[in-house]
Amino acid sequence: MEQKEITVALVGNPNCGKTSLFNALTGLNHKVSNFPGTTVEKKTGSFKLSPEKNAHIIDLPGTYSLYPKSADELVTYEILRNKAETNYPDLVVFIADASNLKRNLLLFTQVADLKVPIVLVLNMLDVAERRGIKYDLAKLEEKLQVPIISINARKKEGIDKLKEVLLDEKLRVTAKYFSLERVNQQMLLDLSKITDKRNKYAALQYAINASSLISEKAKRLTEVFKHYEFDIISFQEDEVLARYKIIDETVKYARLKNTSQLKASITAKVDKVLTHRYYGIGIFLVLLLLVFQAMFSWSEYPKDWLEVGLGAFTDYVEKTLPAGVLNDLIVHGVLAGLTGVMVFLPQIILLFLFIAILEDVGYMARVGFIMDRIMRPFGMNGKSIVPLIGGMACAVPSIMATRSIENKKERLITILVTPLMSCSARLPVYTLLIGMMLEDTAKWGPFNVHGLVLMLMYLIGFGAAILSAWVFKLFIKQKEKTYFILELPGYKVPVFSNLLITIYEKGSAFVFGAGKIIIAVSVILWVLASTGPHANMQMVENKYSAILQNDTLTEAAKKEITLQMNAQKLEASYAGEFGKLIEPAIRPLGFDWKIGIALLTSLAAREVFVGTMNTIYSVNDDGDNSFGHIKTKMMAEINPRTGKPSYNTATFLSLMIFYAFAMQCMSTIAIVKKETDHIKWPIIQFLYLTALAYGSSFLVFNLFS
Amino acid sequence: MNLTQLGYGKKAVITKVNGQILALKLFEMGILPGEEVELENVAPFGDPIAINLSESKVCLRMQDASCIEIKLID
Repeated sequence: MEQKEITVALVGNPNCGKTSLFNALTGLNHKVSNFPGTTVEKKTGSFKLSPEKNAHIIDLPGTYSLYPKSADELVTYEILRNKAETNYPDLVVFIADASNLKRNLLLFTQVADLKVPIVLVLNMLDVAERRGIKYDLAKLEEKLQVPIISINARKKEGIDKLKEVLLDEKLRVTAKYFSLERVNQQMLLDLSKITDKRNKYAALQYAINASSLISEKAKRLTEVFKHYEFDIISFQEDEVLARYKIIDETVKYARLKNTSQLKASITAKVDKVLTHRYYGIGIFLVLLLLVFQAMFSWSEYPKDWLEVGLGAFTDYVEKTLPAGVLNDLIVHGVLAGLTGVMVFLPQIILLFLFIAILEDVGYMARVGFIMDRIMRPFGMNGKSIVPLIGGMACAVPSIMATRSIENKKERLITILVTPLMSCSARLPVYTLLIGMMLEDTAKWGPFNVHGLVLMLMYLIGFGAAILSAWVFKLFIKQKEKTYFILELPGYKVPVFSNLLITIYEKGSAFVFGAGKIIIAVSVILWVLASTGPHANMQMVENKYSAILQNDTLTEAAKKEITLQMNAQKLEASYAGEFGKLIEPAIRPLGFDWKIGIALLTSLAAREVFVGTMNTIYSVNDDGDNSFGHIKTKMMAEINPRTGKPSYNTATFLSLMIFYAFAMQCMSTIAIVKKETDHIKWPIIQFLYLTALAYGSSFLVFNLFS
Repeated sequence: MNLTQLGYGKKAVITKVNGQILALKLFEMGILPGEEVELENVAPFGDPIAINLSESKVCLRMQDASCIEIKLID
């Protein structure tokens, strides 16, 4: 019977337009998940090839060869090498950048030699043509003996033609490019037996990659190599050079004579400025400043609309649902928690958008180039800058992005310090605290003081990341030689639809990911804050009901007393008991038990702090649910111990520093464990960050109070 | 001479690439004997450098560049 669905893998070098093609094929019909049982992020989608036939497509990380040198390259290799894998493709769509065909074909011939049916897709022919490079595709097809389709992934041209070819099973051919005749055949047979692979090239390649691991099989493979005196590295070098030789002949045969004069490329001109030896770093810093400025000013209106809209929605729910426990739970538990955080969605989306633009344009690689020398003394390299900047949006994808760093020590250090970069989850916390600490209109010269303090928080995060990296560099052992070789792709205008898809992915991840945690935490918190040990709660109830019985009280006085009763109820509740239990530990930092509750709940995620504060102050509520109102309530809070306001400048600063350093993010802990493959590292990271947060908050609080 | 000694705007051809695993990585990035190179840019603090190959642009550290032997083209 004919298959109803085929699995297609998208393979190619980095920067060859793979993501554009993936998006052109699947649109929004895709998802990001993990390969079962592994740490590997997997982007899959599906599309219709014909009314009866579906294609399931996997986007594999860009790689330069099938001898993986970094964690992301390993992902691609692992999928292609194992025929028993459920994700093993029926067909590989190999996408190559026509303006850099020789190097792209190196990987192509390696993949084809694994004997998986393959189709060659040529992209960026327009870029090649501008550089005076043109190919006779028929000749190329003749030499390579595979179907070739030319497309323009950015303009979505040639996609239908590609689908037609994918549908045609007669075109699913395999070709062979590299011959193993100079290698000892007996050794290849031995390796075939151990690796259980019939294809000799696949067996040898797997043996080479696996022999560097620590396993029983690796030991046997190493013994075979030793027995036949096989020099792995010189074989690999010979292989690559032999492949280049065939490719060279092919490309020369198919290349048309220069039709136009070579024009000086725009990329070179732009790079003269952007990567300038003296002011390149200055330009980078100014760009960052502009990004942040835009992020705050552009998000102002959508944020206001969301505030008003969500406020109105909450009011509507409160009035529509019958009064009672359920109403209370939804309005004061869930909605109060959610609103506090969702109003930051515009800012977070904008930040992700700007980072996506910088990446798509090709500027991020340049930042790696100009920053490598600066990162080196701190045990990182130029590639670390991408995760660090990404860390300002979210540490989770950034830690995954460290996979492109080849050196294990440099990668580990980058992973350990990335959570110190001020991520978007800290924004709600900082904004709330700065808003309470300073007048809205406060100016320092022409600058808005709010913006300056916020900028300072980002700088503190970056400084702490750099310094911690330096400390880790002293303690983590170096095993391999480090190098830094990075391609600087040509500048491109970002594709609008690709950006939209990125925003959609990140935005929905935030809404659903953070939303789930916040709803769960809010519900638990609401229950804990509105119930308590029976005797205690009863005592408060009795005390106040007696007072409220008094008919001579005015309405205003009654309201005042109700508020007092609610406050005492919260204190008597389970949440209150719990907060008080930990209060002695955080009192030196200037925090009371209410902040203590928020600190505990925001162990799940930092932004939960705002939601928790909203829920806590909404439980003893006087009916006003608006977001801005929580500020007023927090500011009016009096510390019963000192008789002074609970929140003063020292408390705010201490809290902000605590949030700048502490590891309050379950998702980050989980991803660090996955990426480092050991529970040891997230534990070390959690401990050092907590110690740093506690120590610094203690210092700041005592300095300012 | 090696790649670190190449001046701005001068063209050279790669004659040999040394250094085991590093050489393999350089080959895979398209830096191999017979390829033409040109120094395009130097990063702040003089390291790393960006070089033009016939079809692409790659940056690498001085230390890695010293493994690449070249011959000037006049």
